[in-house]
Amino acid sequence: MIRLEDTNGSAVAAEIAAERHRMGSPATGMVLNLLVITDEENQADATSVAAFSAQEHPMRILVLIPRRGRVKPRLGPGEIAVLRLHGELSQHPGSVAIPLLLSDTPVVAYWPNDAPDVPHQNTIGAHAQRRITDATAAARQMQALSKRVKGYSPGDTDLAWTMTTAWRTLLAATLDQPHPPIIGAEVSLPKTHASGHLLASWLGSRLQVPASVVNSKGPGITSVRLITAEGDIAIARPDGGTARLSRPGMPAATIALPRRSRADAMTEELRRLDPDEIYGEALAGLSQVKQGRLKIDRPGAPVTKKSKKRSARDKKAGAKK
Amino acid sequence: MVIFGVTGDLATKKVMPAIYDLANRGLLPPNFALVGMARRDWEDQGFAKIVHDAVKEHSRTKFTEDVWAQLSEGIRFVAGDLGDDAAFDKLAAVLGKLDRERGTGGNHAFYFSIPPRFFPVVVNQLKRSGLSKTKGDAWSRVVIEKPFGHDLKSAQALNRTVDEVFDPGSVFRIDHYLGKETVQNLMAVRFANNLFEPIWKANYVDHVQITMAEDIGIGSRAGYYDGIGAARDVIQNHLLQAMALTAMEEPVNFDAESVRREKEKVLSAVVIPKDLSAHTARGQYAAGWQGGIKVGGYLEEAGIPKDSRTETFAAIRVNVETRRWAGVPFYLRTGKRLGRRVTEIAVVFKRAPHLPFSQSSVEELSQNAIVLRVQPDEGMTVRFGSKVPGTQMQVRDVTMDFQYGDSFTQSSPEAYERLILDVLLGDAPLFPRHEEVERSWEILDPILEHWAEQGQPDQYRSGGWGPKSSYDMMANDGRQWRRP
Repeated sequence: MIRLEDTNGSAVAAEIAAERHRMGSPATGMVLNLLVITDEENQADATSVAAFSAQEHPMRILVLIPRRGRVKPRLGPGEIAVLRLHGELSQHPGSVAIPLLLSDTPVVAYWPNDAPDVPHQNTIGAHAQRRITDATAAARQMQALSKRVKGYSPGDTDLAWTMTTAWRTLLAATLDQPHPPIIGAEVSLPKTHASGHLLASWLGSRLQVPASVVNSKGPGITSVRLITAEGDIAIARPDGGTARLSRPGMPAATIALPRRSRADAMTEELRRLDPDEIYGEALAGLSQVKQGRLKIDRPGAPVTKKSKKRSARDKKAGAKK
Repeated sequence: MVIFGVTGDLATKKVMPAIYDLANRGLLPPNFALVGMARRDWEDQGFAKIVHDAVKEHSRTKFTEDVWAQLSEGIRFVAGDLGDDAAFDKLAAVLGKLDRERGTGGNHAFYFSIPPRFFPVVVNQLKRSGLSKTKGDAWSRVVIEKPFGHDLKSAQALNRTVDEVFDPGSVFRIDHYLGKETVQNLMAVRFANNLFEPIWKANYVDHVQITMAEDIGIGSRAGYYDGIGAARDVIQNHLLQAMALTAMEEPVNFDAESVRREKEKVLSAVVIPKDLSAHTARGQYAAGWQGGIKVGGYLEEAGIPKDSRTETFAAIRVNVETRRWAGVPFYLRTGKRLGRRVTEIAVVFKRAPHLPFSQSSVEELSQNAIVLRVQPDEGMTVRFGSKVPGTQMQVRDVTMDFQYGDSFTQSSPEAYERLILDVLLGDAPLFPRHEEVERSWEILDPILEHWAEQGQPDQYRSGGWGPKSSYDMMANDGRQWRRP
């Protein structure tokens, strides 16, 4: 670890190059620049998330903490420099980052906690082709999510969205099989769970059906119910680990569907550096998501006491599991 | 070697340390002598002390008193004004004495480390005192530094002044960029390998970007810089020379004459765009933050008039109208107070004519590129696409890096060492001849005239990558600048 005080961008760049040389020049084939904008309190967590992702994506990680001036580059599959900016400089983190960016290499900005209202207009975000925010870290997730809707531009993504990948993969695989037409989708989740809302919106916009969110105690998303005329296609995951898939006329199946860590989500997010259009659609559709149980008239099988009972039974079965 | 203006920055920081480094590496002839001439009234001893301190502080190799003792025996100082006949008579006497005492044999190199307006005075003095004449095998050479004039007319006048007295083959114009290892390596990469030259042409190359960016402002050079500007200071010499080396055909061999001939051919084929507003850009740095430090704008610098129109950023497009380069634009840019200090030549290739992949597989693939980094981190990078591990066929840019510092751990000689040695040996492939200098001005003059009619240059924020107009200039061609 190297510490530089009262320094400037070019001095830091020179020190990183010198250190790389002293180490006998490990791989220089880094694939991206990750700018992490955080505060002192969250610095350690954010840095370890980034360092974990660097195992899959060798990269130069610049952690910018608008506060005080010192640096610690660390070398591994990538490089980490923690830069503390104080005084007036804390308003100009971009000026510190620019000389340190690897030339002609994609730049990704990551706000592990508080994100700017409009990421692509931010002094750091403007330099990045991908901007990653994390609504799940916010105290009020739904408020954070509505900020994302207003400030969205292609290239933005939120880790709340990435956390739903396993769900989406499973749902897509399920719907690849022949199935009756879907007429509605319900996602059960704790009241203010950003990921679940995005998942519901995604189902609504992709399947072109009404979608809603239903309260549950968690952890995370506890179930997804796709309503068809012939019964529900349901995935229930009451314990945050194993899911049970039930389809009309088919035996139920058990599937491992663990909740994902932030570091996993981050690593996955860095795999694609082009804009995630599907996320954009999911964000745009958030306002269409309804609250509470859907009231849908099933053609040929209208909502009856029996069908209500069935769905209650499904839920119970899931809860027992 | 005689240095005029020996007390200046260039002489103390670059030239004299380079001479010491050469001595230290055993590359100087044992009878080498150094005569400094300047206005300040120093004695030989006092002068030796100044050289000693300058060398100790700025030399690249380790300072050894033994080497110094040997070198200092040949050091002399002549005080006097450049216009003073007596001073030059004294200089002639000192040189005559050195010829006899140290056996320098009448071989003299005159290093003009002085502003160009003094050149005629010094040249005439050398003529008057008979120092420019050579007897028998002995040689007499002149070394001059940029700026070689400020437009075609002044460059021609300057060349006439020097050529009147010295043979054109004895005039060495120093462009220290050409002394840099990586610039010379450009020729090695191109002509010693079979890998690059076959694709070094319009069939494969989309365009070329040559960038010289500085992170500093003008510092204390206000007097020199204002009225000169980035294009005259850098594009006319360094960038056009770098372009010539990138674009030239293979010389028949590496002697000075053959290399120059190829460079001249390329420069004579250069055309500038018709619409200069759309394909050139200039700017002046404004206040901002550079590398985390708050800095003022150009117009706030000490000694700069508040209405100065001097540009600190200049970007131009030129085309080389030859079969090899038809339709391939060369973009040259330079500027002060940019994002970071970097000089590079980037050859950007066309996309593969056919991609047998789906659109989404190659979304993250950009154009292949070969980048020569001149400074810092001298080396070369090749950028190409590679499959991302995973179940999908997805192609992304990766780079292959060659770093000078890794493959050759000995430190590269300073540009000045190489160039001074070449002057002493009379070997001049790296020095632009006056035809090249004049041709460069012919290329640049219409652009400078166009700019002069345009009023104030665009302001750009310090610490970024130049004015918006430079991005527009690339966008007009459907391209964009690399982030160097």
